Amino acid sequence: MTGGAFDALAAILLIPIAAAAVLALLPGYRVTSRLNVAACLLTMLAALSLFVTDRPEPGQYLLVDDLNIVFIVLNTFVGFTTSVFSASYIAHELETGRLTPTYLRFYHAMYQIMMFGMNLAFVSNNIGLMWVAVELATLTTVLMVGIYRTHEALEAAWKYFILGSVGIALALFGTILVYMTARPVMGEGNDAMVWTLLIGRAAEFDPALLNVAFVFLLLGYGTKVGLAPLHAWLPDAHAEGPTPISAVLSGLLLNVALYAVLRFKILLAASPQAIAPGPLMVTMGLTSLVFASFMLYRRRDIKRMFAYSSIEHMGIIAFAFGMGGPLANFAGLLHMVMHSLTKSAIFYAVGHIAQVKGTQKIADIRGLTESHPGLGWGLVVGVVAIAGLPPLGIFMSEFLVVTSTFARQPLLAIPLVFGLLVGFGALLLRLGGLAFGEPSGGLGKSHASYAPMYAHLALVLAAGVYLPPPLVSWFQHVARLLG
Amino acid sequence: MGDIVFDIAHMLAGGLVLVSFMLLYQDRLYALLNIYALHALMLTLSVAWQAFSQAAPHLYVTAAIALVFKAIVIPVALHRIIQRLGIHREIETVVGVGPTMLAGMGLVALSLVVILPVTPEGDPLAREDLAFALSVVLLGLLVMVTRRNAVSQVVGFMSLENGLVLAATGAKGMPLVVEISVAFSILIAFIVIGVFLFRIRERFDTVDIGALDDFRGERR
Repeated sequence: MTGGAFDALAAILLIPIAAAAVLALLPGYRVTSRLNVAACLLTMLAALSLFVTDRPEPGQYLLVDDLNIVFIVLNTFVGFTTSVFSASYIAHELETGRLTPTYLRFYHAMYQIMMFGMNLAFVSNNIGLMWVAVELATLTTVLMVGIYRTHEALEAAWKYFILGSVGIALALFGTILVYMTARPVMGEGNDAMVWTLLIGRAAEFDPALLNVAFVFLLLGYGTKVGLAPLHAWLPDAHAEGPTPISAVLSGLLLNVALYAVLRFKILLAASPQAIAPGPLMVTMGLTSLVFASFMLYRRRDIKRMFAYSSIEHMGIIAFAFGMGGPLANFAGLLHMVMHSLTKSAIFYAVGHIAQVKGTQKIADIRGLTESHPGLGWGLVVGVVAIAGLPPLGIFMSEFLVVTSTFARQPLLAIPLVFGLLVGFGALLLRLGGLAFGEPSGGLGKSHASYAPMYAHLALVLAAGVYLPPPLVSWFQHVARLLG
Repeated sequence: MGDIVFDIAHMLAGGLVLVSFMLLYQDRLYALLNIYALHALMLTLSVAWQAFSQAAPHLYVTAAIALVFKAIVIPVALHRIIQRLGIHREIETVVGVGPTMLAGMGLVALSLVVILPVTPEGDPLAREDLAFALSVVLLGLLVMVTRRNAVSQVVGFMSLENGLVLAATGAKGMPLVVEISVAFSILIAFIVIGVFLFRIRERFDTVDIGALDDFRGERR
């Protein structure tokens, strides 16, 4: 059955590429948006089939293991639901003339190339290839952030581009340093960049050079995770691009960069003399959390507010992985999955809200639960979930992060809990104005399908109430891998 | 490996750092572009020398890309863009020349302090190349933060990237070097096209990044 698994792996990469080529050529919105959904669905099925087929042997370039399979399945699932959301969102953008058919063709092709880049980053076994894949995914999102070609959109894209490029450059320098560390042990050539081979002999590497390499990799990929103080691109990019792109940026692309950091963290952990990568991640994570929580209060733009909330949650996740140990890693993984699902659901809601109200300004949106009950209550559930209230999934993962911190480093728990509470207050404060009271703004009906949003929220709720034991044991296994 | 081989590699890489310093104090856009072309030329020589001394013919491809694309095509294209845009010839700097140069020296010292103790003694060529490469990267970052103008930020980024190519070619036998330099060329082409897009947008009247500071998306 190795053949079958290889086919699934190839399908995850080839379907998006083929779809991108076809979508770039086909005119007509109805056909292309459905084709986009179909391609994403097929990719997701291929990703799910990785669970049942035998894994291929790790090659020079590609790899499937217990860690990245979680990321791939999450990635293709959110990619699929976002494509469903995007189909109804984009129809509205065409009607209002914000996008022309030519740009739409470009948009769909870019969407598939981005999916390809992210999937490639997850399955790559070669640190050079991983870098190229992350760069590809970044470039396509830059183009999509600027797709409206307004003053603000181009500026946001430019800022994202410059900061993202600097991040990418630092990550490449780190990658080169890892190669130089490995070369005396592994010999010249490709072997010294293959992750599975590196991890086997990491103990023999020169620890000092490996430390420097990790600092560059953390700063470089950390820029793309959106960790403070390297987060400046993130709010603009989320606020000015099309909302489906905000959803994939928050839900998926940040995870890609985080995954890259985790891979190198495992490598460092395998080298006993190297510095512990944990404290660095804990510091950056806490800084992001506290900083972003305070920034939540001053937001006037709804998409920008949830972008800051993404920084906050990436901070929590980086903190959890930085703490390390089975419980904190488990909590970090769970939190990452829950955040991806919840935040993309919120962006689906926000996308439709911005369309019916014709504005993204928080002050101009009121009483959503009265004027648009379907959307309004969806937003309420989403925000309650992201703020960390029970019984939803994020409450559980945040609870686990906090308890594991209390058990091991009680002092660190103080800023953690403080940041969580500050962010919690800001979100609920804004939610009150958005969802309740006298309705204002456009009262037009939305014809969009809310299915993707409710599907995500249902999953988050289900996870908060009951986690299936196979999933728990899988996550526990991955958490042990993360060290 | 003979001493002369090492000395020449050392000289070329050191030359790249010197040219990076020259980038720091240019106050006219055209002069900045000319110095950048010189920067790319130094990189070409350095990479070609590495290709020769490591007997790695594929590195000649990287050298050729550096020569044709970075030393000729990009500077010429940016020249024409500046001409068409008619943007001010003077570059607004955030910090004066004196403090910038001092900061640059500090960064070079920093990269020597960071890299030299942690790299193996046995491989002086790779070791010093890496220290120089990190200096070029940090100086490129310095150019990016001390300039307010989009074109000169692009130049800063490109010089930073030259430092990365230097590091990659100095790492003996590193795979994917050619592919990475091609990927970076595509990235730079995108940036230049981006600058060009700024121009064709008629609502945009400035390529000055300072204008971006006004924008936080929070205007009522």
